[in-house]
Amino acid sequence: MTRAASLYRTMRLVRRFEERAIDLVTAGEIVGGIHPYIGQEAVAAGVCAALRRTDVITSTHRGHGHVLAKGADPGRMMAELAGRTTGLNRGRGGSMHAADLSLGILGANGIVGAGGAIAVGAAWAARRSGSDRVAVSFFGDGALNQGVLLEAFNLARLWSLPVVFVCENNGYATTLPVDASTAGAVLGRAAGFALPAVRVDGMDAEAVLDAAADAVRRARSGGGPAFLECVTYRFRGHHTNEAGKAATYRTEEEIAGWRARDPLLVQGARLPADVRAGLDAEVEEAVAAAVAYALAGPVPLAADALDHLYADGLVPRGKVVA
Amino acid sequence: MAGVALSYLRALNRALGDEMDRDPAVCLFGEDVGLGVSGLTGGLQRRFGADRVVDMPLSEQAFTSMATGAALCGQRPVVEFQIPSLLFLTLEQIANQAHKFSLMTGGQCSVPVTYVVPGSGSRAGWAGQHSDHPYGMFAHLGIKTVVPSSAVDAYGLLVSAIRDPDPVVVFAPAGVMATRDVQTAPLRPVPLGVGRVRREGTDVTVVAIGHLVPAALEVAGRLAAEASIEVFDPRTLHPFDWAGLRASLERTGRLVVVDDSNRSCGIGAEVLATVAEEMTLRAPPKRVTRPDGAVLPYAAVLDRAVQPDADDLEAAVRAVLK
Repeated sequence: MTRAASLYRTMRLVRRFEERAIDLVTAGEIVGGIHPYIGQEAVAAGVCAALRRTDVITSTHRGHGHVLAKGADPGRMMAELAGRTTGLNRGRGGSMHAADLSLGILGANGIVGAGGAIAVGAAWAARRSGSDRVAVSFFGDGALNQGVLLEAFNLARLWSLPVVFVCENNGYATTLPVDASTAGAVLGRAAGFALPAVRVDGMDAEAVLDAAADAVRRARSGGGPAFLECVTYRFRGHHTNEAGKAATYRTEEEIAGWRARDPLLVQGARLPADVRAGLDAEVEEAVAAAVAYALAGPVPLAADALDHLYADGLVPRGKVVA
Repeated sequence: MAGVALSYLRALNRALGDEMDRDPAVCLFGEDVGLGVSGLTGGLQRRFGADRVVDMPLSEQAFTSMATGAALCGQRPVVEFQIPSLLFLTLEQIANQAHKFSLMTGGQCSVPVTYVVPGSGSRAGWAGQHSDHPYGMFAHLGIKTVVPSSAVDAYGLLVSAIRDPDPVVVFAPAGVMATRDVQTAPLRPVPLGVGRVRREGTDVTVVAIGHLVPAALEVAGRLAAEASIEVFDPRTLHPFDWAGLRASLERTGRLVVVDDSNRSCGIGAEVLATVAEEMTLRAPPKRVTRPDGAVLPYAAVLDRAVQPDADDLEAAVRAVLK
C-alpha cells in the first residue's frame, strides 16, 4: 500500500471505529461514554506511521486514535470499550486506559498530561538498555498547563532522551479555549526547554508524518527530544455526554470551518477514487467485524473484579469478611 | 556468625547495593543521591555510575512517573524521597498511575518501583511539612506498605520490596534510623506481609509500628513485674499479617495498638476494626496515636506532645489490663 493510502486507511479506520463506538454508547453497550477523537485523525495516523512496532507511546483520555494507529486490534479495542474479557485490557481499563504493551502502547490515561513523564521514563530505559526505541507522548493543549508535563520536558532535554512530545492543539481544554488558558505561545513552552519544535497542520496527515519522521529519526539517532504542535480540531464534543447539553463554547461556523478541512477529505483527495472506495469498503468490513467480535465477547465475572490488582496474585480482603 | 553491629541506615544502604549488584535492572532515582545526603545512597553512585544512580532535578512528580515508565520498559527503579510529605506531592503518580497499571491493563504489565522515605515521621524540629507519617494512607489505597523497625528487618524488607513486582512504599522512621542491631546471621530477604513477635507475652498484645517497636519493648520491660506483654511488629502494613495478629491475640486476649499517625482512619483504627469484627478480646482495646488531623508543630515540646510515646503506651496498657 502506498504511504498516502496507508495514512488514509488508518484515519478511516479510526473515524469509522469511533462512529460505531458512539452508536454503541447510545445503545448502552459502552457504559462510560467516550471522548471522541473525530477530526484529529491525521495526528495519530501521521505520527504512528513514523514509528516502529517496538517504539512506545503514551496516550490520553482521547486516545482511541493513537491506540488504533499504533496497531491495536480493532476488535479487541472495541471489546475493551464494551467491557468484555476479550478486550485489550480484559475489560478492566475501558476507553481511558486502553493499552497493548506488546505493541508499545503504554496506555491511554485519564489524567491530563500524565503520560509525558512516563514516556520520559520509557525513553530513559531504552537508552539504558541500549535499544534505539523512541517514545512518543501525545497530549492536548490543556496539558501544557500541567506542571508535571513541563517537568518532563526539562528531564527529556536535560538528558537528550529519545522522546517526541506531540501536542494536539485542538483549541480547547474541555470547554476552555486555549487563549483563555495558556499564557504565551504553545511553541514557547518548547522553547523554554530548548526543545526543537515545529508547528504543523494537524489536519494534514502527510504533513504530520513528515514532521514526525524528522523528529523520530533525530531521536532514534541520539539527537534528543523534539516537540510537535499539531494544530487540529475535534468535530464532536469533549465527551459523548456533551451531546444534548447546551454546549455553547464553540460556534457552528467555527465547527463548519474546520469540518471543511476534514483530514479524511484532505487525504482522500490525494487518492484515486477507486482506491479510496476500496479502502472504505475494507475498513467498513473491519469495523463491522470489530463490533461483532466485541459484542460476542463474554462479560467478566463479578467475582473476578479485582483480578490483576497485584502482579504477584495477592488477593485483597473483600467487601465483607465472614 | 559472631555478632556484628549493623546500623539501620547502613542496612538500607547495603540492601540497595546488594540488589544493584544482583540485578542490573535495579536503578536509583532521587535528589542528592550521588552525594547520599540522607545517608541512604552513600557510595552507590561511585560504585554503579551516575547513569544508574541518577541525581534528579527537583521535579518529584516527573521523576516518580519516570520511574513508572522505566519500570514498564524493564527497569526496576528505586525512588528516594528525602521528605515524607513528598508522598503527598507525588500521590497522583504513585496511587493513581503506578499502582493502577496492573489492574487497568488487565494484568498486561506490572510496575516494580520501590519508593523509600529515609526519615519518615518527626525528625524533631522539622515542623509541619517535613514530619508526616502517612503509611496508613498508602495501606488504605492498597499500595504495599512497609515500615521496618530494626536494621535487620530494614535490610530484608527493602530487598523484598525491590524484588516485588508491584509498587512498594518503604517508610524508614526517623526514630529508628540511628539504631543498631546486633547481626548474628547472614542478612536475608524478609517476606512482605509477615509480622514478627518481638517479645512474647501472655497478658496483652501491643501492635507497634516502626520506631514505636523499641518504645513498646521498653514498656514491656518496665511492666515486666506486673504484666506479660507481647510485642507484635506487623512490619508490613499492606498486606497486613492478620493471621499473625490472630495467633498473638489467641495467646493474650488483649490489644493495644501504638501508631505514629493521625487517629481517624489510621492503621490503628483498621487493626481495631478488624479485631472487633473477626477476633475475640477479653477487654476493650485501645490505640495510641497522633491526635485527629494532627499537624506537627515546630517547638520541641509541641512536636513531642503530638507523637505517641512510651508513657502514653504504658498508660494504655495499664488501662486494658484493668
